[in-house]
Amino acid sequence: MNNKSFLIKIYELQKKIRSVEEKIAKNYKDNKMRCPTHLSIGQEAVAAATGLALNNSDIAISYHRSHAHFLSKGGDPKKLFAELHGYEEGCSKGIGGSMHLIDLKNNFYGSTAIVSNSIPIGVGLAYSLKLAKKKSIVCIYIGDAAVEEGVFFESINFSILKKLPVVFICENNFFSVYTHLKNRQPPQRKIYKLAKAMGAISYKLKQDNPFKLFKKVKNIFDNVRKKPSTHFIEIETCRYLEHCGPNDDSKLGYRSIKELVKWKKKDPLVFSKNYLIKSKLINKKKIEILDKKIINSINKDFAYLKKLKKPQFKNINKLVYK
Amino acid sequence: MKINFSQAINRALHEEMTRNKNLVCFGLGINDSLKFFGTTKGLSEKFGSDRVFETPTSENAMTGIGIGMSLNNNPCVMMHQRLDFFLLAMDQLVNSAAKWHYMFGGKKNVPITIRLVVGKGWGQGPTHSQSLQSWFAHIPGLKVVMPALPSDAYNLLKKSIRDPNPVIFIEHRWLHNVEQDEKKIKKKLKNFDLISRGKDLTFVTYSLSTIEILSLKKFLNKNNIFFDLINLNTIKPLNLSLVEKSLKKTKKLMILDSISHPICSIGSEILSQLYRNKNIKLSKPPVLLTLPDVPTPTSVFYTKDFYIKKIDIIKEINMLLGKNIKYDLFEKNLHDVPDSKFKGPF
Repeated sequence: MNNKSFLIKIYELQKKIRSVEEKIAKNYKDNKMRCPTHLSIGQEAVAAATGLALNNSDIAISYHRSHAHFLSKGGDPKKLFAELHGYEEGCSKGIGGSMHLIDLKNNFYGSTAIVSNSIPIGVGLAYSLKLAKKKSIVCIYIGDAAVEEGVFFESINFSILKKLPVVFICENNFFSVYTHLKNRQPPQRKIYKLAKAMGAISYKLKQDNPFKLFKKVKNIFDNVRKKPSTHFIEIETCRYLEHCGPNDDSKLGYRSIKELVKWKKKDPLVFSKNYLIKSKLINKKKIEILDKKIINSINKDFAYLKKLKKPQFKNINKLVYK
Repeated sequence: MKINFSQAINRALHEEMTRNKNLVCFGLGINDSLKFFGTTKGLSEKFGSDRVFETPTSENAMTGIGIGMSLNNNPCVMMHQRLDFFLLAMDQLVNSAAKWHYMFGGKKNVPITIRLVVGKGWGQGPTHSQSLQSWFAHIPGLKVVMPALPSDAYNLLKKSIRDPNPVIFIEHRWLHNVEQDEKKIKKKLKNFDLISRGKDLTFVTYSLSTIEILSLKKFLNKNNIFFDLINLNTIKPLNLSLVEKSLKKTKKLMILDSISHPICSIGSEILSQLYRNKNIKLSKPPVLLTLPDVPTPTSVFYTKDFYIKKIDIIKEINMLLGKNIKYDLFEKNLHDVPDSKFKGPF
């Protein structure tokens, strides 16, 4: 793939993730997606840049806000929609819901709901890669609150001790539900420096220019493949909607609207679109056609739900044990 | 030739590590100088430090790491020298290991075996002596096994390791020196065993309590008491078909749940299931012996009355059968060590 088409791909994936999330947000009021749903709108750039920098054989594991990671690793929107609607055709047969996504075809090993719960599992997956002498890496997506849990320190310690091919991607959106980072961690201490002090090779990157982000992340991933070691990348980001659900919650007053506006002004998706047009990599008309194609495909994936039958509880009892 | 319980575990681990090149064993103390009560002797020398390794003191993460490995083609045996430390890992056990296969629609299973050693006596006290099989049995997705004899330990451990699901393998510290004829070690494994036969009453036991009743067998037989002894080596799934069959004959039941507290215990679960079974008619109310609803004290002066002793069991048998067996001879036995050789410290 040449450079031009790859840059377009980075845009395309962001657009796809946002459109999927907007589709969910728009239809949530129909009360058919009856599960707690944490949307990634505003945070797509990190998922797109990292997802594209991973090979298919690389493993990813994630947390409760994981739609973007599922999609960026190659997950099928149809399976995500079906999962949220509770159908057997969902990626987890409707048993897991929004917070428990899986796509083994693309080595997306799962997302889990308890903060930091998936971290040691990702480290264990990396230990297996080491035993099997594979050149792949494990990407562990976490939020800013993950480093407040003891298991984060236990896990990163082991990962560093055993020189495992692990990259933590910390999406710092500054909020644990409604509680700001400044009420949870001392302001002078930076998250990526905490990881560095533990012994990880640590970076702080920006999401504003997703093309640059991709390049940097790709470089880091390539290095980890060559020389297995534990890396940590903190990226500040912003979720535009409420913690859980489809609405704008600015009215609640727990966060500054000014701050939110500032983030939206430097929206990575808008930046990417303008950048491609300005650099003459694609013209305005063609990118509009591309957008329409993405949205049409998502609408089709959503419409497919109408064909699905109600699943039966009796069919899942046997899944408790293998 | 005799083989003891910890040697039986060691043998099972060696055989399974040889059989499955992907199997991994880890735990704090796995390579310590005492070799995890003798159970891990020779493993790291034979299979290397990648497959047999010491861990940081990180119970929760190490459980998750084991789950991750087992999801990726490396079944694991994880081990803790005391169950109580494993309480730090409840998130990974309950929210991950037990749920993974189910909550991801059956896409991946978690073949992990978790060995937990339970302490007793020599001042193990409130936080080194808890046997929490009832907790684990409550969680759908987990299996719980508790061997009593070396042959149980050997066969159950091999079976647990080959099980595609997470298995909690609880071994009582006082069983490690229990011996058995080596020829009897390989046996066909069922979820329960009829160890002794008799018409007077039915004992239901598991783990240490099986050995406690076995050690009374000669004495009881001499006093003309003959009993069925049903050793449940698998707590979950719980199978009471043999108990039902036995009770049709004896109509008298004593459950010795001597390492558990009484509320929501395995004993009370057994009673609940039997009470709802129309086929069972007892001639006397059943007896359930458990520890009191009090944490384990440390002092040897307190533990004397805390633990269930042989004389407590005989007293209950006297009541249940309307007999009057003299039991003075047990009083001089030490109550806080499994045998006179045991000098702790753990």
